[in-house]
Amino acid sequence: MLTKRLIICLDVRDKKVTKGVKFQGNVDLGDPAEMAAQYYREGVDELVFYDITASAEGRPIDIGMVREVAKKVFIPFSVGGGIRNLDDMRAVLLAGAEKVSVNSLAVRDPDIIRQGARAFGSQCIVLGMDARKSGDPAFPSGYEVVIQGGRKPAHLDAVAWAKKSESLGAGEICLNSIDADGTKEGYELELTRKVSEAVGIPVIASGGAGKPEHLVAVLRQGKADAALVASMVHYGTYTVAGIKAEMEKAGVAVRKAPVAS
Amino acid sequence: MIAIVDYNAGNLTSVQLALREVSLDGVITSDPEIVAQADHLIFPGVGAAGAAMEGLTQRRLDAAVKAFIASGRPYLGICIGCQVLLEKSDEDGGISCLGVLSGEVRRFQRAPGVKIPHMGWNQVRFARKHPVLEGIPDGGEFYFVHGYYPAPVDKAWVLANTEYGGTNFSSLLARDNIVACQFHAEKSGPFGLRLLKNFCAWNGKV
Repeated sequence: MLTKRLIICLDVRDKKVTKGVKFQGNVDLGDPAEMAAQYYREGVDELVFYDITASAEGRPIDIGMVREVAKKVFIPFSVGGGIRNLDDMRAVLLAGAEKVSVNSLAVRDPDIIRQGARAFGSQCIVLGMDARKSGDPAFPSGYEVVIQGGRKPAHLDAVAWAKKSESLGAGEICLNSIDADGTKEGYELELTRKVSEAVGIPVIASGGAGKPEHLVAVLRQGKADAALVASMVHYGTYTVAGIKAEMEKAGVAVRKAPVAS
Repeated sequence: MIAIVDYNAGNLTSVQLALREVSLDGVITSDPEIVAQADHLIFPGVGAAGAAMEGLTQRRLDAAVKAFIASGRPYLGICIGCQVLLEKSDEDGGISCLGVLSGEVRRFQRAPGVKIPHMGWNQVRFARKHPVLEGIPDGGEFYFVHGYYPAPVDKAWVLANTEYGGTNFSSLLARDNIVACQFHAEKSGPFGLRLLKNFCAWNGKV
């Protein structure tokens, strides 16, 4: 049986892993490659890196960091933030990343999804999507897409955008709720379920994880294929093994990872 | 020498780095001459089978890979490197593959709640013993990402099975000096590293 994935997100800023609430008030947590190696040894299923300032600073992603991670981590990892074109995607994949994630770029230029899927295969292309609740009838799902860390509306309905990205060739969607992000009060279940049921590709739920029950809820009621966590593990509140044990106790199929040497 | 076949598609760095983690050196090559000299050959791959076959043919690697396999030296195919061994694939509207093994590559059927690609960690259930499985538990999870799966004609070639979306498919094939996995051994954590190490220590005989 296919297991549900536990994914850890590492936001990287100035070569350090950082964590903030709603993209503000960041604190440094450690070296990306070292933290990645530690989580790998603990048995996490996948890792996600976002170079959170590359986009704003108009510079390419830190390929050196991707190379360092690839030397130490033998599970899939994706890299996003600051992808500007096909050449950037190629550089990230050749450096050892399994997947590349596009967010604002795909909103501005949806064809990048098609180009990326054609050049590298759909399985490499993750659509990153930030969404928030909206009462505007222009968004029938009740959720609109936002870009630039939630600061700017994309004028897209979340479900419609998910379906469009799938038709363009995205292999997976990493769906982040701006409303839930950083609250630790649980994932946005309704948003996740709506998107996951609307597409035939896997959906990673992101934003709001505070305790293991939240993961169980989003994988069950939210119909997500994977759940992303950050502060839950970064601050040592929970361990990978601890979260997986709770998931398994609740009846969610998880990978029983061996201890890596 | 361990050669890693470069047909201009895959992320070959991952395989090379995984080998390095178990203290082995892999040479990434698209040169048929180097393939001919290798002691072990690893053919990794991601993406589409059609692009892989095209890349192989353009570089005259199709004949080199077949000759290597015929020589009896150990061959490991990963994902696309597994699929191309069969006669044909449903991908890209139907393409001809190397035909080393009788059978075809089929698409997973779409169904409600069944996401395609099959992406993530899934159990690999052994059908029999094999030197490359030494030290790996039956039912251990490996990392998959694929929309098509190998369907060999002869069930005797099935080394392990995996279930997804109601389909029980062959996730690991083995015949003589050939081992071919649908999962990504290089991204499958300690079990995947062990399989790669086992393969490189194997003489191709069972």
